[in-house]
Amino acid sequence: MKELSLNILDIAQNSISANADLIYITVHENISENYLKIIISDNGKGMSKEFLKTVTDPFSTTRKTRKVGMGISLLKLVTEQTDGAFSIQSEIGVGTVVTAEFTLNHIDRPPLGDIEQTISTLISCNEHIDFVFTRKVNKNEFVLDTREIKKILNGVSLSEPDIIIWIQEYIKENENNLLEE
Amino acid sequence: MKSLADLEAIRQKTINKVNLRNENEGDTRIVVGMATCGIAAGARPVMQAFVEEIQKRNLNGVYVSQTGCVGLCKFEPIVEVYLPGKEKVTYINMTAEKAAKVVNEHIVNGNVISEYTIGNLE
Ligand SMILES: Nc1ncnc2c1ncn2[C@@H]1O[C@H](COP(=O)(O)OP(=O)(O)OP(=O)(O)O)[C@@H](O)[C@H]1O
Ligand SMILES: [Mg+2]
Repeated sequence: MKELSLNILDIAQNSISANADLIYITVHENISENYLKIIISDNGKGMSKEFLKTVTDPFSTTRKTRKVGMGISLLKLVTEQTDGAFSIQSEIGVGTVVTAEFTLNHIDRPPLGDIEQTISTLISCNEHIDFVFTRKVNKNEFVLDTREIKKILNGVSLSEPDIIIWIQEYIKENENNLLEE
Repeated sequence: MKSLADLEAIRQKTINKVNLRNENEGDTRIVVGMATCGIAAGARPVMQAFVEEIQKRNLNGVYVSQTGCVGLCKFEPIVEVYLPGKEKVTYINMTAEKAAKVVNEHIVNGNVISEYTIGNLE
């Protein structure tokens, strides 16, 4: 994948398949410490200890339309290629946390890419799920919480194109502000 | 600078649009296939192209959503279009450019673009 935001879309897809109704996505870049960290956590059905041990292997999948899963093993590979670190924690009935850390200025680190498209896609396509997106640059952060948005929209659908575009612009603006500070 | 307060105005605008529509008109649904294979094959830009085109043309009652992998990986990105009262149309190997054409030709004018459909293969 050319952008990390596509990996994020893919990993969050696992949380959706696991019937999560609250998904946290955090993207944190720290320039002085030279890392970019992505954390995706959910309150979905979780995985057993045995399954978790094998989950970074592409042949470990519960999907039915294909014999290999790619999402997790792919992301792990990218962290390794950038001298980063990958971890996944999970507990049945509680949820799952995926953490991927990359060396920020590593030549092989893919760009973050259009994170606003990833987040707006997840939000608009999964209205029954709440998302908390945190974008952090050094010590400053911006948080988008769909529970707040839904309160204001009061029944109007998040899949209205006007709202999708608004969410994208809102994220982009706030992200640019963080990067300028 | 955008703020959460903008949402109140968008909400009002949307409610007004909905009220203008005839109750009997059904919604049009566009479903984009998006598992790992779909993303790798460029499903997100296809989804984005649909959203932008619908917003640009100010179309009412047209919604884009996603589905997981439908098991036809080599044809991804796949897009299914459901027009009210019509049979589902499946488009394969979609791109952002094709998505814009589907909105104009199929959604707005009602003409299926058969050269992009799965039926064209058989
Ligand atoms: N957040 C999660 N909660 C519960 N189970 C998970 C979660 N993430 C992954 N899994 C399990 O791990 C398996 C492997 O995930 P992975 O994303 O690598 O492949 P996949 O989802 O099966 O296929 P692909 O991502 O290629 O479409 C999944 O099939 C699922 O059983
Ligand atoms: Mg997956």
